[in-house]
Amino acid sequence: MSNFPFLSVLTVAPLVGALVVAFLPRHRPELAKQVAFAWSLLVLVLSVVMWVSFKADGQRFQFHESYSWIPNWGVSFTFAADGIALVMLMLIAVLVPLVILASWHDAESSKRSVPVYFALLLVLECTMIGVFAAADVFLFYVFFEVMLVPMYFLIGSYGGHQRQYAAVKFFLYSLVGGLFMLAAVIGLWVVGGKTFDWQALSQVDISTGTERWLFLGFFLAFAIKAPFFPFHTWLPDAGGAAPAGAAALLVGVLDKVGTFGILRYCLPLFPEASKWFAPWALALGVIGIVYAALLAVGQNDLKRLVSYTSIAHFGFIGVGIFAFTTQAGTGAVLYMLNHGLATGLLFLVVGMLIARRGSSLISDFGGAGKLVPLLAGVLFFAGLASLALPGTAPFISEFLVLIGTFTVNKPVAVIATLGIILAAAYVLWMVQRTTQGTLNPALTEVDGMRRDLNLREKVVVAPLIALIVLLGFFPKPVTDVINPAVQATMDDIGRTDPAPSVGGTVQEAAK
Amino acid sequence: MTELKLPSIDYAAIAPILIMLGAALLGVLVEALVPRRWRHLVQLTLALLAVLAALTMVVLSADERIITAGQALAIDGPTLFLQGAILVLAAMALLLIGDRSVERGGAFVAQAAVTAESADDRRQAEGRNGLTEVYPLTTFAIGGMLIFVAANDLLTMFIALEVFSLPLYLLCALARRRRLLSQEAAMKYFLLGAYASAFFLFGVALIYGFTAGIPGRPAGVNFATIHAAVSDSPASPVLLFAGMALLAIGLLFKAAGAPFHVWTPDVYQGAPTPVTGFMAACTKVAAFGALLRVFQVAFADASWDFTPVLGAVAVLTMLVGAVLAVTQTDIKRLLAYSSIANAGYLLVGVLAPSRDGLAGTMFYLVAYGFSVLAAFAVVTLVRDEDGEATHLSRWAGLGRRSPFFAALFTFILLAFAGIPLTSGFTSKFAIFGPALEGGQAWLVIAGVLTSMVLAFPYLRVVVMMWLSEPGESTPTVTVPGGLTSAALMIGVLATLVLGVAPAPLLDLAAGAAEFVR
Repeated sequence: MSNFPFLSVLTVAPLVGALVVAFLPRHRPELAKQVAFAWSLLVLVLSVVMWVSFKADGQRFQFHESYSWIPNWGVSFTFAADGIALVMLMLIAVLVPLVILASWHDAESSKRSVPVYFALLLVLECTMIGVFAAADVFLFYVFFEVMLVPMYFLIGSYGGHQRQYAAVKFFLYSLVGGLFMLAAVIGLWVVGGKTFDWQALSQVDISTGTERWLFLGFFLAFAIKAPFFPFHTWLPDAGGAAPAGAAALLVGVLDKVGTFGILRYCLPLFPEASKWFAPWALALGVIGIVYAALLAVGQNDLKRLVSYTSIAHFGFIGVGIFAFTTQAGTGAVLYMLNHGLATGLLFLVVGMLIARRGSSLISDFGGAGKLVPLLAGVLFFAGLASLALPGTAPFISEFLVLIGTFTVNKPVAVIATLGIILAAAYVLWMVQRTTQGTLNPALTEVDGMRRDLNLREKVVVAPLIALIVLLGFFPKPVTDVINPAVQATMDDIGRTDPAPSVGGTVQEAAK
Repeated sequence: MTELKLPSIDYAAIAPILIMLGAALLGVLVEALVPRRWRHLVQLTLALLAVLAALTMVVLSADERIITAGQALAIDGPTLFLQGAILVLAAMALLLIGDRSVERGGAFVAQAAVTAESADDRRQAEGRNGLTEVYPLTTFAIGGMLIFVAANDLLTMFIALEVFSLPLYLLCALARRRRLLSQEAAMKYFLLGAYASAFFLFGVALIYGFTAGIPGRPAGVNFATIHAAVSDSPASPVLLFAGMALLAIGLLFKAAGAPFHVWTPDVYQGAPTPVTGFMAACTKVAAFGALLRVFQVAFADASWDFTPVLGAVAVLTMLVGAVLAVTQTDIKRLLAYSSIANAGYLLVGVLAPSRDGLAGTMFYLVAYGFSVLAAFAVVTLVRDEDGEATHLSRWAGLGRRSPFFAALFTFILLAFAGIPLTSGFTSKFAIFGPALEGGQAWLVIAGVLTSMVLAFPYLRVVVMMWLSEPGESTPTVTVPGGLTSAALMIGVLATLVLGVAPAPLLDLAAGAAEFVR
């Protein structure tokens, strides 16, 4: 079964689905939704099969495929996945069907074509899978850039208040980063002897000066994508304006391309430069953790608040990556997964609340728990997961990042720990102002607020809650896959972990 | 008295040129002899057949590598590739020029001599059939361009320049509507073009003087002679530098490089849109074909001297095009500034003195030509009762009114912005890669930075079309007849195919990328 071309099929399948959905008749939106949902389930099934046939103790890169594309430039369709990519692919496969289900009625309010909305979601899935599955730098770049187009139209055509501004800002920010990366990609191609193959490029020796410039080109693109402070200002606008489902994918998956890119491209291809820039990157991460958390506390818009919390979390991931220990690295990758689940859930639940109330302002809520107890409960749970409460999955990743960082860099670890306190502040205060306290009388006059979670919405939140709890208590299946890949990445930059005088091994910590 | 020796001429190799010029002459006869109601059909068929025949001859002599006609014409890889490119793009432009379904009577004035804005003028604008002289004019221009990219000495190049420029000046003046704007554009283009030609001619004279200053060598303006003179001249290089500068001014004017670009927006805006497309695609190919040959063949050994200067011109061109494109409110002017910025990128390719650089530049020319013709094809379609609605505000909500054409235009704009899977991306890569390899990192950085700026105006049009609500004044898109549809679809498909599977054309360009000396 491991000879099956999983990655190329997974990449192409959503695109085919998107074409099918886009050409369904416009006046039959229900059919389009059902086809899109079924298609994304198909992708999920295929991904699960792939997950099962991945050998955790096998080669670093598995499911390797390569087809010639532009031989003149040494470009080929090369796909391969390591443990990190595999985890991200699973996250996509799980989130997309749930997002489609959660967005069932989102497109109807916008007066635009409903089938196109779901077709765009599937196109987005295609590009997201492609970007994680590519093992050819050119191919990666192609997906990295093309990804912007469906997202741009999802925000711009189906978004809420200020959607035009947000869509253009999102597109331009990402494009600016992408073009810097393009220059670096061309530079890498020239010094690497006209090949784009990742494996070949990782063997190339680059002079120090060139390596630093190339690192900067890639890092800038990824730092904007992730986003790290101070390149983050597009995310609250985009996240605030995007429809809730698209926002969940934007923050849950799309932004992970940035951190994934750093792990897959910056560190192994430019190891010396990575070490040289690490203090700066750590500083950006730490500033992001504190600054974004403070801003999150002050938000009055639910979606913007969640966006800011994500920036803080990306700070944690950045710290975990640039601490250069296996623990912190594994924690960072695990964080990428868990953040996708927890923030994805938070965005979807917030979206359900907003759809009922017709407003995303926290001040328009108040005591909503008395009207929709179940929804309020799920919001509370998602909030707790987001602040990394022990017992939920994000706790493990945050803890791994902190102890992994503490062994090598105590000040950073200590400041980052402050982020946990601030996280408690912004989550609990948000939950309190929306669902607790006295009932806002205006709420009772809104019809939607009298309907608690329906079956469809329960189906959306249940798998995410289950996964968050499950991975909170038993992360071993995931860490087993991530660990060898992170280990290999640390080997690439020639860092070994300090003697385990402070922390245990990752497995012990994970248990 | 010495016997007059006739130079040997390889007629097969220069057949494309002969066919186009012959067809142009025939076209003049058609004007005189064929009844008025048949002329349009006969002329269009004649022009298209001539282009097709010339293209066939280019393909047949694809492996020809000779210098013929008394050293005046070089038929080599780049010549044949660029001639093929000009012919294909010209065929598309002819389809746009020949269309009479979008506007009754076509995009051209019925009687050029009628006073603009007079009662007669209003009557002729109502739908009398347009002038058919445009076909021989276009055919002459195409013939001139074919000579221009093949010219192997500066005098032939100058004559070719005039042969293709004069018809273009006329064509610019022949718009059916907004005739004052059109005539103003033609006047501007003519006056500035005449200046540029004078600069070019002066440059030729100085270069002749430079080669004449070397004892024991024949003087001349042949590229081989100049090349030899540049590589081992004991004479002072002052004449060489001055001559090079003047030649560059003449060529950069046609190529729309800053600071010789000022005519571009006005002319692009005023000229009939099919002619604008023709100029944006074919004139660019011709001008850069000549720039490549002059600087990579004749002055190859002076590259240390001209690279910094032309590099600065390239950066300035990119900057001017990108920054001013941001402020435009008229779609044709926006595309004009975008074409200026693209001239800057192409100059980066001219300065990458390697086979890959040459191949990349030729690939870029073809890819850009297809996209820009498709873009102008869409511009001809968006219209109201007063003709084309070119003001950007009128395009608001076009995506709702005509999603299909708006989607095509969006795709072309994404290609201009360099998004992958479009030819805009592959062609940028084809140029920036060799430039970086040739040590021109600063030009690549400038190219990348200006691409970011340039993405904004494109995106603004996309936002206008899709994210704005249609207003009262949003025009509908005219459903085009066969000719414009064909040109549009060819352009869009080429933009897609060259973005997704560029390998065949890259192979072709790489195989052709060597000049004969």
